[in-house]
Amino acid sequence: MHSPLSTKTLSAGLAVVLAATGALLGCSKDSSKGVGETQAATTASAAGGLAVSEKEVVVGQLHSATGTMAISETGSIEAERLAIDQINQAGGLLGKQIKIIQQDGASDWPTFAEKAKLLLEEDHVACVFGCWTSASRKAVLPVFEKDNGLLYYPTFYEGLEQSKNVFYTGQEATQQILAGLDWIHKEKNANTFFLIGSDYIWPRTSNKIARKHIENVLKGSVVGEEYYPLGYTEFGSLINKIKAVKPDVVYAIVVGGSNVSFYKQLKAAGVTAQNQTLLTISVTEDELLGIGGENMVGYYAAMKYFQSLDNDNNKKFVAAFKAKYGPNSVIGDVTQAAYLGPWLYKAAVEKAQSFDVDKVVAASPGIELTTAPEGYVKIHPNHHLWSKLRVGQAQLDGQYKVVYESELIEPNPFPKGYQ
Amino acid sequence: MNAAIWAMQAFTGLSTFCVLLLMALGLAIIFGQMGVINMAHGEFMTVGAYTTYLLSEVSQRWLPGLTNWYFFLSIAVSFLLAGAFGLLVEHLMIRKLYRRPLDTLLATWGLSLIMQQGFRSVFGAREVSAKLPDWLMGSVKPSAAIDIPINGLVVIGLTAALTALVFFALFSTRFGIDVRATMQNRPMASAAGINTARVDRLTFGLGCGLAGVAGAAFTTIGSTGPTSGSAYIVDTFLVVVFGGAQSLFGTIASAFSIAQTQATTEFFMTGSMAKVVTLSAIILILMVRPQGLFALKVRR
Amino acid sequence: MPVAESSRRPAASVALRHVTTVLFNDARRRENIYFGVLAVLLLVGFPLLLDTFHLNLVGKYLTYAFVALGLVLCWGYGGILSLGQGVFFGLGGYCMAMFLKLEASDIASTSIQSTPGIPDFMDWNQLTKLPAFWVPFKSLFLTVVAIPLVPSVLALALSAAMFKRRVGGVYFAIITQAVAAILSILIIGQQGYTGGVNGITDLKTLHGWDIRSDSAKMILYFVNAALLLGAIALSFSIIRSKLGRLLLAVRDREERVLFTGYDVANIKTVVFVLAAAFSAVGGAMFTLQVGFMSPSFVGIVPSIEMVICAAVGGRTSLLGAVYGTLIVNYGKTYFSEAFPELWLFVIGALFIAVVMIFPDGLAGLDLRKALHGLLTRASGFARKRKKPAALVPPAAPSAPQTNAGSQ
Repeated sequence: MHSPLSTKTLSAGLAVVLAATGALLGCSKDSSKGVGETQAATTASAAGGLAVSEKEVVVGQLHSATGTMAISETGSIEAERLAIDQINQAGGLLGKQIKIIQQDGASDWPTFAEKAKLLLEEDHVACVFGCWTSASRKAVLPVFEKDNGLLYYPTFYEGLEQSKNVFYTGQEATQQILAGLDWIHKEKNANTFFLIGSDYIWPRTSNKIARKHIENVLKGSVVGEEYYPLGYTEFGSLINKIKAVKPDVVYAIVVGGSNVSFYKQLKAAGVTAQNQTLLTISVTEDELLGIGGENMVGYYAAMKYFQSLDNDNNKKFVAAFKAKYGPNSVIGDVTQAAYLGPWLYKAAVEKAQSFDVDKVVAASPGIELTTAPEGYVKIHPNHHLWSKLRVGQAQLDGQYKVVYESELIEPNPFPKGYQ
Repeated sequence: MNAAIWAMQAFTGLSTFCVLLLMALGLAIIFGQMGVINMAHGEFMTVGAYTTYLLSEVSQRWLPGLTNWYFFLSIAVSFLLAGAFGLLVEHLMIRKLYRRPLDTLLATWGLSLIMQQGFRSVFGAREVSAKLPDWLMGSVKPSAAIDIPINGLVVIGLTAALTALVFFALFSTRFGIDVRATMQNRPMASAAGINTARVDRLTFGLGCGLAGVAGAAFTTIGSTGPTSGSAYIVDTFLVVVFGGAQSLFGTIASAFSIAQTQATTEFFMTGSMAKVVTLSAIILILMVRPQGLFALKVRR
Repeated sequence: MPVAESSRRPAASVALRHVTTVLFNDARRRENIYFGVLAVLLLVGFPLLLDTFHLNLVGKYLTYAFVALGLVLCWGYGGILSLGQGVFFGLGGYCMAMFLKLEASDIASTSIQSTPGIPDFMDWNQLTKLPAFWVPFKSLFLTVVAIPLVPSVLALALSAAMFKRRVGGVYFAIITQAVAAILSILIIGQQGYTGGVNGITDLKTLHGWDIRSDSAKMILYFVNAALLLGAIALSFSIIRSKLGRLLLAVRDREERVLFTGYDVANIKTVVFVLAAAFSAVGGAMFTLQVGFMSPSFVGIVPSIEMVICAAVGGRTSLLGAVYGTLIVNYGKTYFSEAFPELWLFVIGALFIAVVMIFPDGLAGLDLRKALHGLLTRASGFARKRKKPAALVPPAAPSAPQTNAGSQ
């Protein structure tokens, strides 16, 4: 017998690796070109080495177009593109057209960090719209801080973060939770709560805030708190626990595929809106489509935006979205928040009269957007948005009917007394 | 805590048991009887789930009269589709790898990735929801405080029927004798005139068909998406291995004990920890008793 | 002129053949040369050819090569397929990340927390004190010890009992897979202690040295490459030792080795533990180069992807593991950018092909003959037009492509 390591190993290996290296080199050149021509990147320098030329300004878009998160992030990609198209049609930014370089984070956190680096260091984009999960945001954050980039992040999230280089266009946890609990406490005379979550940071942090609010402010009690692994599908025991303690409200932060199992099994076990009040902060219209309206009808969701919001801004937005992406598109909370990103950036750039990141950041606090589909929003000095909270009731057709709207709520990512 | 809750919790344990058994039945045949590690087993389940979804769409659009009963039709169609696909896969791939079990593992993992992406390309990445007939999503109320989900009952009934059928097929038919003979001693079986290649092909097809049925049944309790089948694969393998790979009784006993452990621990701790405790217990027991609960003494 | 040349040609050819015969006929010497070529490629070739960004990318790929290397040893040579190598990769990475996180969480930079001085995610989860198992990671020395040690101990605990009871390959694969599932659920669930699904992020300095700067990335790349070469050298010495021959014997005829009086379980355990330790080193280097660690590297999917790297390189080829890793991961990066929908099809097909069409991976491909043919034709063509010197292959890498005497 020959040694298992044959002569062939290296010649074959080397040839392929050399070819790959060549391709890598080629790719490194390609990537600096991005979607469009390079002249924008090379003739940069209008604002601190950013890719801004006479005619155009280059921005980045960094979401998962592939992998497990693609389902969720596609809406954000579409909304950001829609907003940028609209801005371009209206004359662009300081007279320049916006050019998008899209990178795929592929649902993989190191890839997000790499692509962020690529966008900032090779393409010198003026700002980036991107990320969806907290994990991906945490992965890119050091890159943005090191290279002094600018990120608009659309998802409602757990808070506990505030970076000079990030604007959070979704709600942080207290904005989404407190007003909803207040409403259900008053409206349904609810005093006992059962908290449920998928087992990761957002549901856990959110439930922690909810618990403090229930116990300290509402003077109610939490009669159960349960977490299940992501992707879990057997909720029989949980449902029995709920039945055993009969809480006034089930407060559910279940995500992803588990959602479908959870609501289907609730219904099959005879738990429906007629005999159990349920409030969720994790089921947008996107998820409702997968769960099926018939399995959730009558339950409540608390978020800042519902597709059914009745105002002119929203009607225009929904119409434009459907015209671009098809009449069956659904628009969830995050999709709308992603749509705000480019508009907030436009307002800040025009106020600063510059694309320079430091100037844009300095100009941002206090910026108001009256054209937002959700209504009026305003940037807080802590880089989050003032926004309202709505409670919607799930309908058979997969939409929510808005039953409550709060006052404008101040964002508070590091809530005292809730940590 | 009252009796009603205990009754429902017992039912939950029972239905978890049936879910596990239903998943494991096909694999118990493929892995246990043939020794083939089919990592794409979950995807064959997904074939069944999507079949149910398609039929529900069809019946809603064109055959509204069928809406209430299409579910039973979809179980049969799922079996046939998944089984036929299994036969194809066996012919193209598996039959060349019978002597290399670890390699079938890799090849079928590759197959599972291809199938996942295939589902994604055809049906989209978003989860779909088969409209289930109303009678299936209700519950029975034997007393005021007890709700027994009908979909759970259906899964239990289906599992019982299928298990009985599999036992009948393996132990009371000519085909079953051929299968067991081939499994226990291939050269001798072949010498005795059994067409072992044909037996292998049919056995694999049968296992895949059972996976398809499981997938159809799971649309009543879970989601249907490109990757929903792969979520079950680790559990399924553990059930079969824990039971003692070659014993069908073992598979049943193992599904039962795992389900009961899971359901009981879940009631006393959070779902995540319950899962960790259950899986760790299985591994510890397997480390002490690697042949599983019921070992069949077979010369290999 | 043509006459003179043709009379010189056989002489040169014979001389060349002689040289390559001496160099390549001995398998061991051949391996050494290939090893040298790999070293040159990693330490000189890539750094010269690639910019910092892509070099860093290659550095990340090379951390997976540690895992693939371990898999070649325990799967290719020992016949033990583990589908849970991500566990060890992750543990090594987490050990490193814990040290870096503690350094990044000094009192000054965490002053806004209710308990300053502990990692931020602990503070969010109401921990008021550093958990005991974190304390050793305040010391760099203990961390460096823990990186290979913790995974090795786990590997030992897992494997010793099972190999003693002669758990077969298939069962072992499934059990390791379940271990991967357990660990990722555990890490995600115990987020107060582990950082949960986000992992341990925002790592900045190693003993005050900023690991995020370009120069640091460059240095880390070289450290990583050197460690990998060291691991390969160690593996070669093991394979060439008696242990290596025993391993092969165990893989092919376990009973015979057993009846000859060897303790098969011990042999398997040793190699499995070694593979775990290699993976852990890779994980630690990953954390240093990428700047964070998360449970997405622990689960089943990454563990199996690492098996495919080893399989593509050639499951019994130590050097192939490196090439396989580079190619698979490069392919992943390339396809997920250029044809996102195709990637799963490609890697799925790769799994099937590597099993059914080229089970020996790259190491088994006979590209050499094809290349040689191509080269002879090219050099013949060149010679007609230019100086005869073109006959002699220019540099070391093409040496193996001259066919002489390797049969």
